[in-house]
Amino acid sequence: MSEPVATNQTILVVGGGISGMTAALEAAECGKQVILVEKNPSVGGRITQLYKYFPKMCFPACGLEINLRRLKANRNIRLLTMAEVTRLEGEPGDYTATIRIRPRYVNENCTACGACAEAVEAEFDDEFHFGLKKRKGAYLPFIMAYPQRYVLDPRIIGTEDAERAKAACKYDAIDLDMQEQTVELKVGAVVWATGWKPYDAARIQPYGYDRFRNVITSVELERIMDPNGPTGGRLVRPSDGKEAKNIAFIQCAGSRDRNHLKHCSRICCMASLKQATYLREKFGDEGRATIYYIDIRAIDRIEDFYARVKADPNVSFIKSKVASITEDEKTGDVILHGVDTEGYHRYSNRHDLCVLAIGMEPSVPAGEFPIELVVDDNGFIQSDPANGAIFAAGCAEDALDVNRAVQSGTAAALKAIQVVNRVAGTEG
Amino acid sequence: MSDLNAQMVEKYRNSFLKEVEANVEEGEWVKMCMQCGVCSGSCPLGPYWEHPPQEIFMMIRAGKREEVLKSESMWMCTSCYNCIVRCPRGLPITHIMHGLAHYAERLGLAPKQNPTRRFALMFWDNIAKHGRVNETVLSIKLYFMDGFSAGIKRALEMLPVGLGMLKAKRFNPWGLFFHKGCKGKRDIQKILAKAREIELAKAAKFGG
Ligand SMILES: Cc1cc2nc3c(=O)[nH]c(=O)nc-3n(C[C@H](O)[C@H](O)[C@H](O)COP(=O)(O)OP(=O)(O)OC[C@H]3O[C@@H](n4cnc5c(N)ncnc54)[C@H](O)[C@@H]3O)c2cc1C
Ligand code: SF4
Ligand code: SF4
Ligand code: SF4
Ligand code: SF4
Repeated sequence: MSEPVATNQTILVVGGGISGMTAALEAAECGKQVILVEKNPSVGGRITQLYKYFPKMCFPACGLEINLRRLKANRNIRLLTMAEVTRLEGEPGDYTATIRIRPRYVNENCTACGACAEAVEAEFDDEFHFGLKKRKGAYLPFIMAYPQRYVLDPRIIGTEDAERAKAACKYDAIDLDMQEQTVELKVGAVVWATGWKPYDAARIQPYGYDRFRNVITSVELERIMDPNGPTGGRLVRPSDGKEAKNIAFIQCAGSRDRNHLKHCSRICCMASLKQATYLREKFGDEGRATIYYIDIRAIDRIEDFYARVKADPNVSFIKSKVASITEDEKTGDVILHGVDTEGYHRYSNRHDLCVLAIGMEPSVPAGEFPIELVVDDNGFIQSDPANGAIFAAGCAEDALDVNRAVQSGTAAALKAIQVVNRVAGTEG
Repeated sequence: MSDLNAQMVEKYRNSFLKEVEANVEEGEWVKMCMQCGVCSGSCPLGPYWEHPPQEIFMMIRAGKREEVLKSESMWMCTSCYNCIVRCPRGLPITHIMHGLAHYAERLGLAPKQNPTRRFALMFWDNIAKHGRVNETVLSIKLYFMDGFSAGIKRALEMLPVGLGMLKAKRFNPWGLFFHKGCKGKRDIQKILAKAREIELAKAAKFGG
């Protein structure tokens, strides 16, 4: 691989999700040099794992496609995948970043023909589908992955599978000797856009995510809806493959809770309202959604979306944080127990499937950044002069929906551009 | 109406919440409740409460003073702490329940016949007198709480348990006649008397 060239006027963007891509594109389209560093083998981040977007209910693939087109067309962006920033030192206008790049074992010759995947025998949990499905040891992370290039799982390196893959490739694209690389780059400003991860649902003990097969998370439901997903897009439950026509959604699962995440994750009310419409999409009048909530936080203009979902007689709302879940072992049904706040009635309600509207936490925990950064109580990066020219974007800054993550990416790009313009002024 | 009760009614005419905040143990937490319902749904005694904790907190805020203080509900709490570990806002619910019960008792509003209240008083008398619980006397008093024949019936029901405990040396029948109490019994009584004095002074201050 050729060494990327960078100067004090270069902007480093860490994280290639929707907010990082936006920041990189905005800056590059203003004529700035950008290095985009993404940990995964492909860009797009979490939105690539969503089935549909609220509030317009369009497919994320569409927005992603537009951004990929911009990315391919722009010569000012240098994309590094499977890469992470391990060290970051310096001051505004003069940072040195150390970047570690893991070997993909597949080079630019790859045509994504898929012959290597067919040849390889070993299978692993598919992380893109949260382990709900298996994938081969040679794989394309997902259909729209960019770069459209296969990856060899490091666990097959040194095994016969690696040789099988290499033998199957007609394009001389597999290079089993590829090594980990470390590069040092000079940059003037940094946009930190490493996004979010779902809170660990198993830690919410009374909900039994680790004990009951039909308790899943909202991110898993997005995968189940995907036509290329683990169930081929059939809305069925994990225990027996039965159609899940009666689904419970539990709000604030792991959020707004001193035992878990203290903050409101802000998108999960909208996510459940959106997912409630999946039932009608799949089962028409036979689908039933019940949303258990503390209060519904559908902010400003998306209140209309809430009103629309609420008008559906097949979607009901119970004002109560569910206290516990039990499982009917014979049927696999889940039974939700609690007391509702509107009348203090005690209930034990049976559902086919329970979806936890799981909270969002920053993907990089506080204290694990390569440079000291000021974060709030919940680990989101603050806008603070002490952070110098390191600007947070998207869910690294706060729990945001896509619309706001994109705005935040643009804002961070503008701040970074100002810094490198100052550098250009003094140097030029 | 007891004097203290009359004073409190006067002082907190407009806000039962303020009264609870000032006088009930951990009462200042009540306003932090977000009415999520987890405590009520998690309480093993939940189905037996007239007003589960979440509802009590709302009633306090709604100013339902008599209904709360005369309620049997907070006397139901067995201190299992399930609610505390689960409350998303970290309210010390168990302590508030006991605080409310205690406050109601001080005001003379607690339901007189409530068995938990009667047991609590018996237990207190017993331990305050000797500085150490005399289990034999306490259990006998407890059995005979509702009269002689009910007591005999209860004692007979519990006989196998009692004999088992006797065998395991967990029960000393002689305690009925001899009870050593603890060392420095007098000092403990003095400490308790002083504590009571401070408590009354505090109540009088709020009352005035
Ligand atoms: C169940 C659910 C449903 C949702 N549905 C919707 C919806 O319908 N509409 C909507 O608007 N929003 C929705 N959202 C919110 C949406 O997912 C986020 O707004 C969006 O993903 C934010 O993008 P991001 O770029 O900030 O973060 P991410 O998508 O998390 O991207 C971060 C990127 O950084 C990379 N990265 C992480 N760490 C490092 C590192 N150390 N070095 C380099 N790279 C790194 C990651 O691999 C990733 O590619 C939903 C969220 C959930 C939980
Ligand atoms: S590595 Fe080779 S065999 Fe595998 S997809 Fe790419 S071109 Fe095809
Ligand atoms: S957005 Fe809704 S479900 Fe998510 S934490 Fe906030 S209130 Fe709870
Ligand atoms: S669990 Fe806590 S916040 Fe929820 S209703 Fe009970 S006291 Fe209030
Ligand atoms: S501590 Fe008291 S109120 Fe709380 S759950 Fe246990 S019995 Fe119920």
